[in-house]
This record gives sequence, C-alpha cells and structure tokens, in this order.
Amino acid sequence: MSFDNAYESLIDHEDTHWAFGTGFSEALPGVDRAIPSDVDSADLVAYCLMLGDDALVLSQRLAEWCSRAPELEEDVALANIALDLLGQARLLLTRAGEVEGCGRDEDALAYLRDERDFRNVHLAEIECGPFAGGDFATTMARLLVFSTWKIAQYSSLLGFADPVVAAVAAKGLKELAYHRDHAAQWVVRLGDGTDESHRRMRAGLARVWPFVEELFAAHPVEQRLGLDPAGYRAEFDSVIDTVLSAAGLERPTSVPAARVNGRAGRDGVHTEAMGYLLAELQHLHRSLPGATW
Amino acid sequence: MSSSWPLWEVFVRGKRGLNHVHVGSLHAPDAEMALRNARDVYTRRNEGVSIWVVPAAAITASSPDEKDPFFAPSGDKVYRHPTFYSIPEDVPHL
Repeated sequence: MSFDNAYESLIDHEDTHWAFGTGFSEALPGVDRAIPSDVDSADLVAYCLMLGDDALVLSQRLAEWCSRAPELEEDVALANIALDLLGQARLLLTRAGEVEGCGRDEDALAYLRDERDFRNVHLAEIECGPFAGGDFATTMARLLVFSTWKIAQYSSLLGFADPVVAAVAAKGLKELAYHRDHAAQWVVRLGDGTDESHRRMRAGLARVWPFVEELFAAHPVEQRLGLDPAGYRAEFDSVIDTVLSAAGLERPTSVPAARVNGRAGRDGVHTEAMGYLLAELQHLHRSLPGATW
Repeated sequence: MSSSWPLWEVFVRGKRGLNHVHVGSLHAPDAEMALRNARDVYTRRNEGVSIWVVPAAAITASSPDEKDPFFAPSGDKVYRHPTFYSIPEDVPHL
C-alpha cells in the first residue's frame, strides 16, 4: 500500500467522513437493561443519581474552563475530560430514570431537579477556578483527587448487581485513567516547578482536601446495596501519596468540611456554590423547555 | 506562557494506516505533555491508534528557495518510473 498524500493513510476507504475517524462503537454494547430483582429499586435509583450527579456536576465545572485555560491544548484537554464525564452522567441518569419508571429521562433529571434533589459529593461542585475559589492548580488538585477516588469506586462496581452500572463503571475506568494521568502530570510539574507554581499547587491541594472525608463516608443507600467507600480509602491514599511525593508535596492536614446535622451532598445538602452552578446548567432548558440546537 | 513552550510536530497512525503521518503541530512544555496534548487535540474523534511527537526544532526542512535545484530536475525524467518495461503475460503480481 502506498499513499500519494500524507492524509490518505488516515482514511478508512469505506467512509467519506475521514476527518472524524471511524469504527465508533456503542457506549454500552449488549448490556442487559432488565431491572435486577435482587436490588431495591429505590436504592438503585438513588445510587445512579449519586454517581450520575458526581459526573454531571464536575463536567459542568470543567466546562467553565472552555476558552479560559492557560493554553489552547489544555483548553481542549479539559473539554475532553468534561465530555467524558458528561457521557458517564448521561448513561447513569438515563438508568436512574429507567429504573424509577416515572417517565423521567436524562434531560428531566439533569435540568428539572432542584438543588436538594442532587446527590453529588461537595468535591464536584466547589469552585476551583477559573473563577473565584481557585486557579488551574486547584482544578488539577480536584481532578486528581476526584479521579483517583472514582477509579477506586468504579473498580469496586465491576461486579455490581446492576449490569448497567457495572458496564458504565467498566467504560468509565478507561476514561478516568486518562483524567488521573493528566491531573497527576500537572500536579507533579507544578509541585516540582517554580516557587510560585509550588505555592499554588500546595494551596490548591489545601483548598480541596477538606472535601476528601465525604468521599469515603458510606451513605445508608450504599450500605443497603452492600457498598462501602471506606474499603477503598487505602488504595486512594496510596495513589495520592505516590503522586504527591513525586511532586514534592505533602498531604494537607486540614479539618474535614463540616456536615449539616450529619448530612452532606449525598443527602441533597449542598454548598453555596451549587445554586449558581445549577442556575447556569438549567436556565436554558427551563426558559425554553426542550430547546435543541 | 505560549512563547516559552516549544513547538512539537505530531504524527498519527490511523487504525488501518501502515505509517505515521503528519497531522499538525502543538505547543507543550516537554515530550510527555506533548504526547498527551496530541492525544487530546488530534485523536479525539477516533483518528488514531499510535502517536509520535517530535520537537519541531529537530526537523531539518528543505528551503522554499531551494525548490528548483532540489525538485525541478526530476520533473522531466519520466523514464525514472519503471513504466517502460514490457511485462510478460505469465508474470503474476506485477
């Protein structure tokens, strides 16, 4: 085989849309969507919302970097990561609506629920830049913590009773591995960079660390489903310590963020930033219901 | 910041491509980040299965000024193509 021009070898000769690549696959091929009988449906719905909201809300936060990242390449990288998470959110919210059986689809769940009905952890919603509350280093600190935790969480779900959630976890692990790698690359570079980058990286880590405790607190829904986030705390700590030691940083010793009467994100109790985030996420759909491009 | 980040040339091998081909360039602080940036910028639509990044400074390019001395002499030497041989009927795969 020979090529007359450099781009020809990229072409799938059966496909004229060569610029967009070929061989795309379905997100969840061949997964059994029957609702498992050995799991409480209400608990499964609640758990799908927890996982879906984590992904949706962090996706929204990362999208705020669009056109504001320090480099064009980083702008695209953050958008890619946000879109990976949005893809996970869509599958999980769709599953939540399907199991609930009240006719709510992914859009109804993303756009028409109020703040108290969102089940994401606070780590996903807090402001870490580009606006108040952080900068690029803070964003990378959050992404490192979030993706390291998510990888451990999804790994624990590979044999989960609901095959759809298990399949989303398997798909998501490949995406999260890249997110964590990307964040770790930056945490090491900034931590081990100049005095200023080190200072900012350390400050970013200190900003997100109070929200780590919540990630490993088992919610009653998780307990009833036989899941225990505390079980993967050691794995999380070991990965974080490896990255921080390469970056010349130490694990912050900050006090965990306070809960409200023992409740936090998983109970629908959110930080002040959440209302603003949802206003931006939902206002278009609420102003023009069903609007499409 | 951009001004201090060097330029990298990106080569991608598609699923059915046999060779890496040049697809563009980007800025990155070092080779590891250049590879990741290339993944994000040039393979997000499922274009490739392998990426090479090369510092743009490492490429020695022919100059447009040398275009004629370099390339014009081959323009009228069609006999350099092996098209003037008569091929025997019984030789397969040629």
